[in-house]
Amino acid sequence: MSKPLPQPNVVTQRFWSSCKDGRFEFQHCKACGHSQFPPRLTCIACHSADLDWLPSSGCGTVYSFTVVHRAPLESFKADVPYVIAIVALEEGVRAMVNLRGADPETISIGMPIEVFFEPTEGEYPLPQARPR
Amino acid sequence: MASKAVITGVADTAVGKVEGSTSLGLQAEAAAAAVADAGLSLGDIDGVLCAYSFTEPHLMLSSVVSEFLGIMPSYSIAVSAGGATACAQVMQAAALIEAGICRHVLAVCGDNRLSGMSRDKAVAALSEVGHAQFERPYGISVPSAYALVAQRYMHDYGVTLEHLAGVAVAHRKHAMRNPKAQMRQPITLEDVAKSKPISTPLRLLDCCLISDGGAAVVISAADAARDTRKRGIDVLGAGQMNTHEHIIASPSLTDFGCKQSSRQAFGRAGVKPADIDVAEIYDSFTITLLAELESIGFFARGEAGPAILGGALDLDGQLPCNTHGGLLSYAHSGAAGGMFHVVEAVRQLRGEAEGRQVASPELAFVHGDGGILSAHCSLVLGRN
Repeated sequence: MSKPLPQPNVVTQRFWSSCKDGRFEFQHCKACGHSQFPPRLTCIACHSADLDWLPSSGCGTVYSFTVVHRAPLESFKADVPYVIAIVALEEGVRAMVNLRGADPETISIGMPIEVFFEPTEGEYPLPQARPR
Repeated sequence: MASKAVITGVADTAVGKVEGSTSLGLQAEAAAAAVADAGLSLGDIDGVLCAYSFTEPHLMLSSVVSEFLGIMPSYSIAVSAGGATACAQVMQAAALIEAGICRHVLAVCGDNRLSGMSRDKAVAALSEVGHAQFERPYGISVPSAYALVAQRYMHDYGVTLEHLAGVAVAHRKHAMRNPKAQMRQPITLEDVAKSKPISTPLRLLDCCLISDGGAAVVISAADAARDTRKRGIDVLGAGQMNTHEHIIASPSLTDFGCKQSSRQAFGRAGVKPADIDVAEIYDSFTITLLAELESIGFFARGEAGPAILGGALDLDGQLPCNTHGGLLSYAHSGAAGGMFHVVEAVRQLRGEAEGRQVASPELAFVHGDGGILSAHCSLVLGRN
């Protein structure tokens, strides 16, 4: 059984296509200025449909993290222990990633990270993070 | 036409590993027992609210349950709000009664998650609550999502691993007084600290059980409740708040909708948190209960952990809580897990809790949390 892979839809296609080009993009509301991720059809702050896509610098910090010892699916069992983090990007949006290349003992909230793109078995790479 | 809503019957089945059990069978057993507890017959039921099942899923579960029971209710729906389902069923039942639509509503849940599916399959099925594109590709599970809350909560409020372990130990202490509980072996803080790591900072004993079991409640119109067998328990207030589903979309990792849902419930009942004599609050993980106790306002931020280590949740503590042993030590079988909290609150208020009875409680607070602290429903119940 393979890992769950992103299946883009009409709302998220732009995001995943940008990942292929090495960009992490988020939505920005032209009506109220709110930034959001994951992508939606409308702004979650003012419900306007006038949304723009902006690229993130990919720089941020660890907002929270966990070291997974019990994988939920067979396809992740070979990876344990692996780190799941919620990262806060400097543009004000948060995303889930696997934090790679960090000793689990040294990870802390607030630690600077940068986003990179990791190939998958599917068409689209996954945005991930590593210490910066 | 309008009448106040009163809980007239409660029941739960055997819990833990119930050999040969099925989801429908557990629901039917709990339903029949709750109706009998009320002194009613199944034919008196004119509303059915059921939940969901992992082992016997169905698009129209409420119709399937009524068909299996042999009843033809004039109102029937299934409710699906994860751990908030049971409280939401009671809230919905009370609204149907107060609107004059139903006279006797059956709220029923049951699943055989332990004997009917492997532990691996249950964990995998639960992980599907993660976002298909933005969480599941990273290997998220329900324990990992709560672990992300725990890590941030510990960072912001000085909560320690020992505080979390204290929650597990307090629940086991309650369960040891309950002959029906799935886990009755005493545990220590050290046992929790040495249990298998699941997703840091959560260890095995920080996590709820996987169980078979069913539970049901009958909610009646006050004027129709006069002939029932036992003292009615009033549904004094109920409230909900729904802020997100996926943990990446949560507005906060430390402040949750239980704050608003409980405020509504307290407000509608006209009482304050300090008036509550016994509480039954969703405890899917040790962090779940700790974050809820502080978000609701039973304890100030960062103070629940030390208070719990000092015995605050015990029978004679500041807030006797999860007196049956909770999801951590009594049982957790899907939506019925949340219904066990409702059943226990009613038993406490009726004085039927035997060796775990709180001294003469007048008011109980019950809370359910679905998803990753996403859907919240609170109830205030009172002795009639």
